[in-house]
Amino acid sequence: MAEVLIKNGVVYDPLNGVKGEKKDICIRDGKVVESVKNPKVIDAEGRVVMPGGVDIHSHIAGGKVNSGRLFRPEDGRKGVEAKTKVCRMQSGYSVPNTFATGYRYARMGYTFVMEAAMPPLAARHTHEELVDIPILDNAALPLLDNNWMTMEYVKSGDMDLLAAYMAWMIKATKGFGVKIVNPGGTEMWGWGKNCSLNDSVPTFDVTPAEIIKGLAEANEKFEMPHSIHVHTNMLGHPGNFEITKETYDLVKGIKPEKDRQVMHTTHTQFHSYGGTNWGDFESKADVIADYINQNDHATIDLGSIILGDTTTMTADGPMEYSLYQITGRKWTNHDVELETGSGITPFLYSGKSPVNTIQWAIGQELALLVKDPWKLALTTDHPNAGPFIGYPIIISMLMSKKRRDESAEDMHKVIYDRAEYCSIDREYDLYEIAIITRGMAAKALGLHEHGKGHLGVGADGDVAIYDMSPEERDAGKIQKAFLNTKYTIKGGQIVVKDGEVVATPDGKTYFVTPECDDTLTDEMMVKLKDKFDRYYTVTYNNYAVQDAYVPNPYEIKAPWRS
Amino acid sequence: MVEVTDVVCSLCGCVCDDITVEVEDNKVTKVKKGACSVGKSKLMGHNRIKSPAIRVNGELKDCSYDEAIKKAAEILAASRRPLLYGWSSTVCEADKVGVELAEEIGAVIDNTASVCHGPSVLAIQDVGLPSCTLGEVKNRADLIIYWGANPAEAHANHMKRYSYVSKGFWTEEGKKAKKLVIVDVRATKTSKMADVFLQLEQGKDYLVFSALRAILYGHADVVPDEVGGVSKKDLLETVEMMKAAKFGMTFFGMGVTHTGARHNNIVNAIQMTRAAHTHTKFSIMPMRGHYNVAGINQVCTWETGFPFAVDLTRGYAWYNPGELSATDLLIRQECDAALVIASDPGAHFPGESIKHLAKIPVIQIDPFPNPTTEFADVVFPVAVSGVEAEGNVYRMDNIPIRLRKLIDSDYPPDEEILKRILDEVRAIKEKEEK
Ligand code: SF4
Ligand SMILES: [Zn+2]
Repeated sequence: MAEVLIKNGVVYDPLNGVKGEKKDICIRDGKVVESVKNPKVIDAEGRVVMPGGVDIHSHIAGGKVNSGRLFRPEDGRKGVEAKTKVCRMQSGYSVPNTFATGYRYARMGYTFVMEAAMPPLAARHTHEELVDIPILDNAALPLLDNNWMTMEYVKSGDMDLLAAYMAWMIKATKGFGVKIVNPGGTEMWGWGKNCSLNDSVPTFDVTPAEIIKGLAEANEKFEMPHSIHVHTNMLGHPGNFEITKETYDLVKGIKPEKDRQVMHTTHTQFHSYGGTNWGDFESKADVIADYINQNDHATIDLGSIILGDTTTMTADGPMEYSLYQITGRKWTNHDVELETGSGITPFLYSGKSPVNTIQWAIGQELALLVKDPWKLALTTDHPNAGPFIGYPIIISMLMSKKRRDESAEDMHKVIYDRAEYCSIDREYDLYEIAIITRGMAAKALGLHEHGKGHLGVGADGDVAIYDMSPEERDAGKIQKAFLNTKYTIKGGQIVVKDGEVVATPDGKTYFVTPECDDTLTDEMMVKLKDKFDRYYTVTYNNYAVQDAYVPNPYEIKAPWRS
Repeated sequence: MVEVTDVVCSLCGCVCDDITVEVEDNKVTKVKKGACSVGKSKLMGHNRIKSPAIRVNGELKDCSYDEAIKKAAEILAASRRPLLYGWSSTVCEADKVGVELAEEIGAVIDNTASVCHGPSVLAIQDVGLPSCTLGEVKNRADLIIYWGANPAEAHANHMKRYSYVSKGFWTEEGKKAKKLVIVDVRATKTSKMADVFLQLEQGKDYLVFSALRAILYGHADVVPDEVGGVSKKDLLETVEMMKAAKFGMTFFGMGVTHTGARHNNIVNAIQMTRAAHTHTKFSIMPMRGHYNVAGINQVCTWETGFPFAVDLTRGYAWYNPGELSATDLLIRQECDAALVIASDPGAHFPGESIKHLAKIPVIQIDPFPNPTTEFADVVFPVAVSGVEAEGNVYRMDNIPIRLRKLIDSDYPPDEEILKRILDEVRAIKEKEEK
């Protein structure tokens, strides 16, 4: 019986309302328990203790991440580190190799990461990489919105059959929930076109708005741990904030099946843009934050910018194409039959650029203007707005008005008149940081019921000890502490000590099994099998992800709503 | 007798997965449908390496797997500059162990891409690759271009399953409503089917891509009457077809990656795709040869950060094709031992490389004897992936598919041999450290 006692820590455990209390944490056999008898003792010496971090949205594994690595050897070179007795070799900055991904997240105190976009047809690929990422527990969201089956059911209004399809796909991909990315737009990109929220998608004769609503309804037919997870239409376009708001309104009347949001919208920074072109581009973070403040059915994550070079990648093929047209840099695209697509292009966020400056401000403004931190999660939409190892920078910004003011001076002067950034005084405390980096994400994903994101009895023994006192106000020191933990403990095992990875256990893959009625499934299957017979290039019997791809499974059952 | 459906062919990059076979007495007795003739013959099986063997006084002598493992590990552990080469005709599970072995012994790991689509990878690193899955082509494409490729012979099911001859959602009428353009230096079985056959002079691909690009961008005036053996009239006609297409697709093969401007040809091919994309939807894809050459590029990339020609001597990945690809290393007589798996450098490498390879200790892992066996010093027969062993592979469009195991075999899979060699190498190193 392996036991661990973490004593003398100042604990921030928002899901249990623990707000910076001196408190012991006891772990036995990988789980938090009341007490221990003969433990290995870790003296936290008054440092900050939090549950293991939970990332709600990050691109760490699968086809487009690897295409990003493949076509950017110049990025690969940036992060090379030799293997050690414990660690495999590392490479990459914005597109780190699988090993570096696990080590770097663990060093920041994270123990769970959600891969945010899994093309169903290539789900095996995503899982092959997830298995290869050390330490981190993980899950992946299959893309289900540009699928012909989805659009056909939305068109015919067969919501139960849509739910049956959704359930089958999540099972077949060993996925976690419903991901939506530029609904309709990616299908239209199959013809080199794009669309907005209320445009009709040719051939299928549905609008993106109808797709989003339909999938939200289908999702709530089951006790799904997570809501629909949405990348709204018109990402990155000036003036898109109206569409973002309209998207929230679409699902306002839908009742969630569990105690959570009905819709999570991701990398909201990219969707909070005002203006009509890049010339009069401005922040509308205030409008979006107001909406979130006044409504309880939608949550967001930030997609906050990290200045510097990165690799953008999304299933939103047309968006990557427009970005490439702006930069003229290299561009990769990969449309996926009957389902989705993807695009990848490198991008440099520069503080000298007025547009990038405003984008940079928006991400942080959202965090500062949304009053209730339980409605937002810290992300950079890794690597789209910047690599995940930039999280400590954002944390230090949110915690220090002084740091924000100093940073603003280095940015383009538009920051003073086209964003509210400099007039906001709010400073996050560590409790709020703990909410946006673990508590909220775990709750929005429904993983708090499965031991993630908190330190109550029965929770996973995932703990981060940051090398800082709770009173620390120096932004530089805060940033440093959040980049490399004093300790990261995963399932009761020390995996990081003094910023060094000391053990690399395998992570688990969480997947959801929505339980659908057999008659509905059978009826849906007739249509699906026809798609395989006539249009897919992989057979029905070779499509579903085999068990071999998920060697460390954690299954969550989602019964049909009673 | 049992019938097995949805069998996946482990031969070429098409990775056909709708094959039906009959199995009787632990043998594939009949391939009923789905496979082309070469695929069929792979599934039916042919002559195998019988036993593990070690070369003694110039002769391969049968031995046990244990003895061969020990010998192989000794060679690799003692080597100062080992090369691990091949990897494209085995499964990703084996490739992963290969990368780990390379890391352990500080080897250069390279795969067959370096002698086939390596130039394409370089081009992609330069400009990216606007592409799609094969099903996109099946369902949407009404213009297919094969450039420097002869699918009718080298990828026999390609046109039928995925492109010109296939029928899909917006392409219900099949080839009747499609156009086929073939660009090649000689007439082939494929070019006979073409609506337009552009026969160009050897090594002039770059020029022809440039001319098409110029016309696509509206600069037909700068194009001379003839480019690389192709008349301006034909070029103009081709561009009109490209512009008129709803979805255009270019597949390119080895005929363009290894002639003339090499990787610059592919850069230009991709730039032509971008130019066409300003008029209509256009995509491009390399015709990958071996069934899992895309897969070793994937595995090598997510584990090391780089797709091929990776040097792990320093404990981290150093990527420099041209210096570190297998043929270059061998020509410089740099490596002092090699492990060759699921490939045949003995038949495909330039003479000078083979000369050095024949001089150094070579470990071969393969189900089938081939010219490399002639000079290999340790030989491991293994199960045939896709017939006797399962595992993951990536089709030419990077779609992952799981090979099926159809029959039992006494031969171990690649992965197992590699793991045992790795364990043995570690044991030797541990002993040395003490
Ligand atoms: S086309 Fe290729 S994959 Fe298909 S059956 Fe023939 S050899 Fe096998
Ligand atoms: Zn994202």
